[in-house]
Amino acid sequence: MKIYSLLTILLPLAVATASAQVAVQAELLYPMTGDLKPIEDGVVLCSKDGKIEKVGPAGAVPIPEGYQVLKAKVATPGFIDAHATVGLSGILNLDRHDQEQLEKSAPIQPELRAIDAYNGRDPLVKWIRQLGITTIHTGHAPGALVAGQTMILKTNVPTITDPEKNTLRPFAMVASTLGPDGFGSGGKAPGSRAKSLAMLRETLLKAQSHLKKRKEVEVGIIGKVDPDLRLDALADVLEKKVPLLITARRHHDIAAALRLQKEFGFRLVLDGASEAYLLLEEIKAAGVPVLVHPTMARPYGENENMTFTLAARLHAAGIPFAFQSGYEGYVPKTRVVHFEAALAVTYGLPHGIALAGCTSAAAELLGIADRVGSLKPGMEADLSLFDGDPFETTTHCIGVVINGTVVSEVAK
Amino acid sequence: MFPSLRYLFPLLVLALIAVVSLGGGHETPVPLRAYVGARIIPVTAPEIVDGVLLVRGETIAAVGKRGEVVIPDDAEVIEVKGKILFPGLICTHSHIGKVQGGDGSSPIQPDVRVLDSIDVLDSTVEKARAGGITMANLMSGSGHLLSGQTAYLKLRDGNTIEDLAVRNEDGSMAGGIKMANGTNSIKGSGGSPGTRGKSAALVRAQFLKARRYREKLAQGGDDPPERDLAMEALVEVLEGKRVVHHHTHRHDDIITVLRLKKEFGFKVVLHHVSEAWKVADEIAEAKVPCSIIYLDSPGGKLEARDLEWKNGAELEKRGVLTAFHTDDPINDSRWFLRSAGLAVRSGMSRQKALEAVTIAGAEMMDQADQTGSLTVGKKADFVILNGDPLSVYTRVLETHVEGKKVFDLDDPRDKLWAEGGFGAGHKRRASGCCFTR
Repeated sequence: MKIYSLLTILLPLAVATASAQVAVQAELLYPMTGDLKPIEDGVVLCSKDGKIEKVGPAGAVPIPEGYQVLKAKVATPGFIDAHATVGLSGILNLDRHDQEQLEKSAPIQPELRAIDAYNGRDPLVKWIRQLGITTIHTGHAPGALVAGQTMILKTNVPTITDPEKNTLRPFAMVASTLGPDGFGSGGKAPGSRAKSLAMLRETLLKAQSHLKKRKEVEVGIIGKVDPDLRLDALADVLEKKVPLLITARRHHDIAAALRLQKEFGFRLVLDGASEAYLLLEEIKAAGVPVLVHPTMARPYGENENMTFTLAARLHAAGIPFAFQSGYEGYVPKTRVVHFEAALAVTYGLPHGIALAGCTSAAAELLGIADRVGSLKPGMEADLSLFDGDPFETTTHCIGVVINGTVVSEVAK
Repeated sequence: MFPSLRYLFPLLVLALIAVVSLGGGHETPVPLRAYVGARIIPVTAPEIVDGVLLVRGETIAAVGKRGEVVIPDDAEVIEVKGKILFPGLICTHSHIGKVQGGDGSSPIQPDVRVLDSIDVLDSTVEKARAGGITMANLMSGSGHLLSGQTAYLKLRDGNTIEDLAVRNEDGSMAGGIKMANGTNSIKGSGGSPGTRGKSAALVRAQFLKARRYREKLAQGGDDPPERDLAMEALVEVLEGKRVVHHHTHRHDDIITVLRLKKEFGFKVVLHHVSEAWKVADEIAEAKVPCSIIYLDSPGGKLEARDLEWKNGAELEKRGVLTAFHTDDPINDSRWFLRSAGLAVRSGMSRQKALEAVTIAGAEMMDQADQTGSLTVGKKADFVILNGDPLSVYTRVLETHVEGKKVFDLDDPRDKLWAEGGFGAGHKRRASGCCFTR
């Protein structure tokens, strides 16, 4: 063992070029597989095509000559922000300039695509990338009954030129908001909870008949059906191609979301869910995962009953969940997902589970666990490197790798 | 006015007797508590690994190593081994208690006192106690050039602003005055300025007026000026009795504040100071303290685009007195210690970061002789932590103000304020007389 350790220290001295294959060596390497335990003195080798080649203790995984070796105290899979608006809600917070996350002209607009709204060159995308976040589920924000679509992509994509290639999911979910946050402004409908549900149900019923026609076309019963951007997006929800993401903070809004899911049978992802601790059994029985609100979300309005212990309680109840930065209307214009996960640990969540909540479990929830979120051979080589516990406020992210390429080496 | 001074006088006599009897060395009527075994971080003195903090009534009677501090026989000994004793946190800029200042009628309202608006029973005040904050500067917003007189509060148990107020020597409630420049106070309507040049001109005109008012007052004679609440407050500012707490972000706005300070000679603390790193030399040269904010990302508005975490380190390098603030609700009071963590992450020394949440704020509020460190003779304002103050995993277990426990995590009611949950947004019920736990 000792000889191997020595070798791994000497080998990095070999000449490495910018285009060299990357190896990561960490005193604690978190593959986020199995029991979620870290490997002491672990090594990850990345392949030329940006995949993970090998993972294991340094003794078992020697680093071949010519690799660019990145060393760190701690390395994890690149962090996943399971729900953000970054790239749409830009740093300057200027309407008609960099605030693309919400369009209030109509209450139900599932046709708004995230790919048409995303600016990967916004400084906040770089900000979170340098802090270790490599994958984001971003898109239209809470704030309208149906605000639009979301997508999943890496934080190193400056411009979406080819949605299929540039993203993991160009169309990930449809975002909906129940409760006052989703009401119309200036007297426009919906203006109440009951009206919100009536409007949603009515639209989903239309989408149901649209879907029926789509299927009839498929089997040749009818010749064609005119495309309808709005109904097609919701038909995708009803067909379970994409989940309906429902932001619901109060217990009765959460209950309404569960009721809606039962009626229409779509895949539901609960978002925010500040009062979910009042309905743990119901949420668990419905098999619905939760995107838990940021631990540091502000405890006002619909969030007045939120608790910092929500993630710990969801975990104890066996409800799948992931962390998110969420949406902020003012400052900080984006939150940092692992800062939020860190505080969930302070309030009772086991450390490993919190790490999973922004890596492997987040990938599971988003349906991308075959590509990112853990360090296994064949997975995309996204890693974040730290000079200490990634959750500690005083720790720096010292390196970020996306698809086997170093995208940040600044200590931040 | 108090209901009647006649009632107060006997009380004063009683208080005097109490003090005299203390001095006489007889049995002490004040409780004596010894917190034993903790790691003590006094902030203005080196850390003590296995320490004793002796509290007599409201005051710190001794701080030192176990074995070196004499614990009187009649002291209640409280074992706090494995815990950390740290000064109560001081927030130089907070909006807890539903604090309000001036209204929309004009951009400069020095007559407005925020103390007339504060709800001390609001849940935000309880949450601040749960976050370890023992003293705060409650301020009105930045939508005015001058939005009102601020209120310095000790977060004692109490039902009224009078119970919580920090007092000046003359018994009046202590506070500064809130000013702002840059985007927030530029509205371009209702008498508000539309530009930075106009903002400065409006402020200068008011201070010139206050100068004339002060001169008239000084002249005395048979024709004193009629009382003018706004001018009275500004005269206090001109005389350095009332500190200007100045919201400012951009480098040019920061320099404008320094220019006005030079012209009118007031005492000023710069607040937020997002672009401090750009003009840190000028700030240092002006010997003006800074109360800065740490946010998890820059931006959110144009003038905070260039906010950098390195502000703390850059100011420290130049010897600028630096404190942090929550700006609660911008940063919830319960996350205040995170600011010190982020400061250290970005190059500030541990020592200066810890000072920035304690003694530095006390200095900016002219209360450093009373609080801000664990020092003999100061008020017993302290927190008991379960870990290092810079660790994200550390929780506040207890908060003490002037020797009285005002937050205890073991108390289920207090735990609700500490963690949130159903009802955590509701205000505390006033007690019949004084709030007791």
